[in-house]
Amino acid sequence: MARIALKDVYKKYGAVEVLRDIDLDIADGEFIVLVGPSGCGKSTLLRMIAGLEPITGGEFTIDGERMNEIAPRDRDIAMVFQSYALYPHMDVGRNMGFSMEIRRSPAADRTERVAGAARTLGLDRLLDRLPKALSGGQRQRVAMGRAIIRDPRAFLFDEPLSNLDAALRVEMRLEIARLHQRLAATMIYVTHDQVEALTLADRIVVLEGGIIQQVGTPLDLYERPANRFVAQFIGSPTMNILPAERSDNGIAIRGGPTLDLPGIGGTGEVANLGVRPEHIDITAPGQGDLTGVADVVEHLGSDTNIYVDVQGVGPVMVRARGNVPVKPRESVGLRLLREHAHVFASDGVALRA
Amino acid sequence: MAVLRKPSPLRVAGKYGALAFYVAFALFPLYWLLKIALTPDQLIYSEGTKLWPGAATLENFRIVLFQSDFLAYFRNSVFVSLTTAAATTLIAAGAGYAFSRFHFRGKRALVAVMLVTQMFPLLMIIAPIYKIVAAIGLLNSLTSLIIVYTAFNIPFATFLMQSFFDGIPKDLEEAAMMDGCTRFQALRKVIVPLTLPGLGATLGFVFTAAWSELLFALMLINSNDTMTFPVGLLTFVSKFSVDWGQMMAAGVLALVPSCLFFVFIQRYLVQGLTSGAVKG
Ligand SMILES: Nc1ncnc2c1ncn2[C@@H]1O[C@H](COP(=O)(O)OP(=O)(O)OP(=O)(O)O)[C@@H](O)[C@H]1O
Ligand SMILES: [Mg+2]
Repeated sequence: MARIALKDVYKKYGAVEVLRDIDLDIADGEFIVLVGPSGCGKSTLLRMIAGLEPITGGEFTIDGERMNEIAPRDRDIAMVFQSYALYPHMDVGRNMGFSMEIRRSPAADRTERVAGAARTLGLDRLLDRLPKALSGGQRQRVAMGRAIIRDPRAFLFDEPLSNLDAALRVEMRLEIARLHQRLAATMIYVTHDQVEALTLADRIVVLEGGIIQQVGTPLDLYERPANRFVAQFIGSPTMNILPAERSDNGIAIRGGPTLDLPGIGGTGEVANLGVRPEHIDITAPGQGDLTGVADVVEHLGSDTNIYVDVQGVGPVMVRARGNVPVKPRESVGLRLLREHAHVFASDGVALRA
Repeated sequence: MAVLRKPSPLRVAGKYGALAFYVAFALFPLYWLLKIALTPDQLIYSEGTKLWPGAATLENFRIVLFQSDFLAYFRNSVFVSLTTAAATTLIAAGAGYAFSRFHFRGKRALVAVMLVTQMFPLLMIIAPIYKIVAAIGLLNSLTSLIIVYTAFNIPFATFLMQSFFDGIPKDLEEAAMMDGCTRFQALRKVIVPLTLPGLGATLGFVFTAAWSELLFALMLINSNDTMTFPVGLLTFVSKFSVDWGQMMAAGVLALVPSCLFFVFIQRYLVQGLTSGAVKG
């Protein structure tokens, strides 16, 4: 059981505030992914939960118990470091069993659990090796083994896969997903990688400039981003943002047509219209909402990315399913899917019915 | 693909020739030391600079070992050097760790002061040191030497140790603390084993420095009982003559502990102990 709660937590280095107004409730067994651009405070937040970084203000509790002043070793939380941080002078077995060694668990017990974890992670044959004689993927597994052997209340991961190559990353991602299903433990996971975030998370926390921008399920963030930052950060390729304003019969794209967007509520000033590349259809020139000239066309097999220059509006990116026979410098029409359009105020906040 | 060709024999010969020349150059004084130590007294002047002595004898060693105070000097030196090395390394390791891992007020000032102490020539401060030692009544004691040597070696040893600690990723002790260690346990179980090369190097450095120190030993020690070996060597210089053979024999013997010490710590000086800790 581990319900983790952060209330009004903030962090200052001297006068510099790197995290502000962090309010977060994490349910037992939930998989939370922290994403955000470099330097937004993801690692700092994770390290504060681990106890490696003092919390400047606010309250952090696990199962209702205040943790702010508790030493890392008494929080019963395991952490997997980006650098793996394996003890170089200990073999794989001792690395994994180190936490039990420190807690003076009986040797037989320790051997058994190490063997069990090694079997799960496919490390049985490597128990006598030193870390320097392991590949990157194997080190990564040892680091995970070291965490799971303790059976902690919660797991923290700081970009655990960022040092692996693409294929291995996919494999380890699945392994982490399986691990979460099997252990049903609370996990907090920091990553740069959208795919990791969208595939692993029960809920995603988007951080920017030390502030939580939005918390929600992957689908929530994709379909109902709270603001322009989240809209552009989640989803790949990134959402098209077109300058626009409210007019009598809908939303007018600056330099383009006016779209009637039923369901766009409020009366607030509108500054931008956002449409994801996959929510634009290619039509014959002159039909649809906009007409432009294809600039670059990328054929990915399953999809086609088309960068279209729209006179008076600017560049618009389109992602079409399948192989679309558009050639560079060809004129194309674009139809924006109304039900997937987003509207943002000048301060970036999304406007909704 | 480039084929690795066998280097020409000429190049190999040249390389080894150069190495051999360097080794010969570096070791020649040691050879001379040994040669004179083994040359019978009456041949030293008559044979002059002949490379190979006409006859060899262990007489000089016998005299040095059994008929002079050399063993006492030697014992004093071993005691002073070992204690200095141990004390300095212990303090320097603690200070180096703090410099490497903690931020605290006055850290920069402290570093600056430590650097300043390294800037003065020893000759300048020898008189004040003498007065201080005399005032606390430690003249002619080995303790005074240990204190002075330790004090003088700490700054450099601290910087040395700090650089070794800096080389160990912080993640390692954080991982250890997550695994259930206190900071001190993390230090003992994870950091210290990885710092053994650094500790070895620092011990060796301080030991050698203390072992061969002459200036302070000369100033602070007068009595024969507490003379260290470098001062003791000077007793082979009498008013009218120099006992070259015995002096060199003593010198050869003095090399023994240094050599032993380095053989002993040599295995801790192996590099690359931290490889594999973090992403490689
Ligand atoms: N010891 C420190 N003193 C001052 N500022 C710091 C310190 N450590 C981190 N910061 C600042 O805090 C901010 C957040 O850093 P953090 O490491 O949490 O970012 P991050 O989101 O993990 O970035 P990345 O994705 O690059 O790992 C950064 O702007 C950084 O400059
Ligand atoms: Mg980070």
